[in-house]
Amino acid sequence: MLPKQKTSPEDAAKPEVLLEVDGVTLRFGGVVALDDLSFNLYKGEILGLIGPNGAGKTTCFNAMTGVYRPTSGAVRFDGQQVSGRKPHRINQMGIARTFQNIRLFPEMTALENVLVGADSQHRTSVVGALFRLYRVKPKPEELPTVDSANGLVRLWQQVRRSSAQVFGISRHTLEERAGERKAYELLSFVGIDDRANDLARNLPYGYQRRLEIARALATEPKLLCLDEPAAGFNPAEKEELLELIRKIRDRGFTVLLIEHDMRLVMGVTDRIVVLEFGKKIAEGAPAEVRDNPKVIAAYLGEPADAA
Amino acid sequence: MRGRGFPRPRNGAKGEKPVNFDALFGDLAQHTVDGLSKGAIYALVALGYTLVYGVLRLINFAHSEIFMVGTFAILGTWSLLGVADNPPIGMAIVYLLIGLVVGALASGATALTVERVAYRRLRRMNAPPLIFLITAIGLSLVLVELFALWMAGFFSGRGFTENRLVIGIPPLLKQETVLSVAGADITNVQIIMVVAALVMLYGLDQFINRTRYGRGVRAVAQSPDTAALMGVHQDRVIMLVFVLGGLMAGAAALLWNMRYGITKFDIGFVVGLKAFTAAVLGGIGNLRGALLGGLLLGVIEVYAATLTRSTWEDVAAFVVLVVVLIFRPTGLLGESLGKARA
Amino acid sequence: MTEALRQINERRRHVLGGMGDRWRALPRWQRWLTLLAGVAFLYYLPFLGDIPGTNLIIPGLDWFRTDSIDGGANWAGVLFVCALYVLVAVGLNVVIGLAGLLDLGYVGFYAVGAYSVALFGSAESPVVGALQEQFGLSSDWAIAWAICIPIALAFSLVAGVLLGWPTLRLRGDYLAIVTLGFGEIIRIVAKNSGWAGEAQGVPGIPGPEGPPSPDNKVFGLLDIKPWYWLALSVVLVMVLLVRRLEHSRVGRSWLAIREDEDAAAVMGVYPFKFKLWAFAIGAALGGFSGLLFASRSAFIQPETFNVQLSILFVAMVVVGGSGNMAGVAVGAFLLAYLPERFRDFSEYRVLAFGLALVLIMLLRPQGLLPSRRRTRELQDRAKEPANVA
Repeated sequence: MLPKQKTSPEDAAKPEVLLEVDGVTLRFGGVVALDDLSFNLYKGEILGLIGPNGAGKTTCFNAMTGVYRPTSGAVRFDGQQVSGRKPHRINQMGIARTFQNIRLFPEMTALENVLVGADSQHRTSVVGALFRLYRVKPKPEELPTVDSANGLVRLWQQVRRSSAQVFGISRHTLEERAGERKAYELLSFVGIDDRANDLARNLPYGYQRRLEIARALATEPKLLCLDEPAAGFNPAEKEELLELIRKIRDRGFTVLLIEHDMRLVMGVTDRIVVLEFGKKIAEGAPAEVRDNPKVIAAYLGEPADAA
Repeated sequence: MRGRGFPRPRNGAKGEKPVNFDALFGDLAQHTVDGLSKGAIYALVALGYTLVYGVLRLINFAHSEIFMVGTFAILGTWSLLGVADNPPIGMAIVYLLIGLVVGALASGATALTVERVAYRRLRRMNAPPLIFLITAIGLSLVLVELFALWMAGFFSGRGFTENRLVIGIPPLLKQETVLSVAGADITNVQIIMVVAALVMLYGLDQFINRTRYGRGVRAVAQSPDTAALMGVHQDRVIMLVFVLGGLMAGAAALLWNMRYGITKFDIGFVVGLKAFTAAVLGGIGNLRGALLGGLLLGVIEVYAATLTRSTWEDVAAFVVLVVVLIFRPTGLLGESLGKARA
Repeated sequence: MTEALRQINERRRHVLGGMGDRWRALPRWQRWLTLLAGVAFLYYLPFLGDIPGTNLIIPGLDWFRTDSIDGGANWAGVLFVCALYVLVAVGLNVVIGLAGLLDLGYVGFYAVGAYSVALFGSAESPVVGALQEQFGLSSDWAIAWAICIPIALAFSLVAGVLLGWPTLRLRGDYLAIVTLGFGEIIRIVAKNSGWAGEAQGVPGIPGPEGPPSPDNKVFGLLDIKPWYWLALSVVLVMVLLVRRLEHSRVGRSWLAIREDEDAAAVMGVYPFKFKLWAFAIGAALGGFSGLLFASRSAFIQPETFNVQLSILFVAMVVVGGSGNMAGVAVGAFLLAYLPERFRDFSEYRVLAFGLALVLIMLLRPQGLLPSRRRTRELQDRAKEPANVA
């Protein structure tokens, strides 16, 4: 279902910039939250953004996803300016995110939550859903099946199949079905399809986190931003999450991971950007970053989080 | 349905011209004074909405009836005391003070009852705001009907009559011009109204900002959970807020009785609507905003009524409100009792 | 006292809740049959107690009719009003129940619909009068009723968009006061504008058969049954259409916005667009209802469209069970029917209405027939530890 992005070895050699943070400074009153920050995010990689508490990780994340507008500098996605756009436009550009403090639609089922994400790819809107006049010729596998043993029901099914062949099926119906298939597929991809029809609020914590990821993936993003997805997880759960993030990358998504658990970040990312006091203090492959004295100094100030 | 019990000052016959600038600018100072005194009542009632909203994020739809009850309680007390028209000035002041106390007590007590009956159970259930709104509307209807059917007669000394009475109130102070500024004749009652509104606001402001109780109110307004953890008794704060709002409404009721000399079971509705508009205009949750919004709304209404016909004043009030909200989504002064969330 | 009430309520909740689950458990064809029978019964309602075409009377059922009491209102007329209110409730439910927007000025749209058919359809209206003069038409020319329907729908839709455009960006509580003001403005404008007939209102509003006259065969002045059937048919069609929306991406977007607007926006839902649609659809339904009301009354006055009516509309939705179409329909029916049936107590009607609102909301805040979501929402909320120590 999901489009695989073309990442061949040749491309990997000459990486393409997906998101560009260019000299971003962000001030709140007198406080400088981000100070002339610049780095790139390349297509197909997993980039970790780390730093001790209060380093400006979330602020940076919000500037990148358009929540805050930088005081100076620019964030460009696919060559287009991000800041100043409305959230749904940013989603349509191809950026999807999860929230540090989970924000699902608690009174909707898991499936419906994912469907809301999938809907962003659908073209039918209010008028289409009301009158369903826009008809599409269905592919053979999309036609209603005739499978009942009961003669009457069989006749009815035959009528529906023929009318679908003659008049087509409304785009709305096809999109609904496609959305539902996709939603189920994503739920099983993140491993929570056993509770697809439970209300989001009744799901266990770990399921909720995974559901948020599934919902974000349903919008078919070019870039998936995960804001501390492992918060509140025990080591075993963290391990499973690592596995999931790798699976997501293998499907061709680019991932931005914000996290302060060093071990998790080291285990999964291709490159890491380290922030401290709103400044970039290091950038590079996990091993380089780990041995960087500045990073060690920054994290030694906060031993509990460096674990 | 019923007529509205809001006596409006008419400026001449129905306008021959659609927009009469001469009428407005020929006498601008006078209209401003009239507007300010009208706005003083809105401002005091608006304080009640603002206080409750600031703490509970809830439109207390029944607040208009809390004001209405105040007018009747004052009337009842005065008729019990046998107040005659235009008593000597000393007695008049005594009666007014008694009226203030009785009005404040009656409205405060009604406010407490409203909180206890309509809201407390719902608060425990953590019900969504819409439910509060409907119970408040229901309770408001009950209060209005109680007064329409029985209580109005009772308070005016006519027994429990079943009439939708309009009741006159003996004038305590003869409304006479005591000051002339820039061509505006200012009456004694108008001075009392505006001064009273300012004094009440000042007192309330001091109470909220300077006292221990006020600190509790501000704490709950900003973060109910944290306040509870810090040992603030939330129920007590909420009761306090309702009582304070009631006191202000009681004072407004006294001003109403002095200015308009008439009360009716359904006066609350329009005054409440305007006062709530005033609170939103100034920035709901903000005490000074309520005063500013009230006075401003009064002035706008009088201007609009003079410019066109008095029936357009409500339209003007709402148009101004919408325009203000579009450009300043949290009202003129912003929300301050609780921190702005928008 | 309260304890006893609570117990009664508890028992009823089990019965009603059980019914809902049993209903959903039925096979599809059985549900269809039941629904068909229900619809047939709705069409039969004006005869309630009689068997049409005979002189037979079914004892007992007669008691429910409003004309069975002294001076009671015409039964079909009451049913007609009930149908109008159900239509209003279905529309307002889109706004309040699905999109979660508090609209206290819904009567404004009802008025716009009513005034559209009045001003364009009545030969005696100032607007038609001006058109007659302008184009030298005869004095009984007016726009046909059937053409007035799209006009009324368009006007109320536009009114919804015009009101929504600047105000939907406001927070919920502000929206309430602004819409309340809007309802009042429509009334005041109608009352003070020469082109809208001022306080006297507009007479001679047409129905499907043209202007009101004793010669009309079906939609006459005395027999209101056809009017009821017309309104009922409109209600049924609209319910089907709104259901389509509810069970589509649009309904999901509304729910998502109601639950968490920011998160919905980040998932690609444009909240403003869907809120505006909710407003416009709600407005159109309210306008349609107003149009039917004006056509049947043949005469409207601005004072009909007051805030109290708006409040009644909101009460219908909330009492019935905001978010559930069957619920709001029941709410609308009860709030229109009960005051008429118990006319003997007309003096205490409003008092009883107020008391009922308070009691229902305190005992059953999710409404009489709540949507499944709302019930769970409230039960879960109640289980959460209160903030208060």
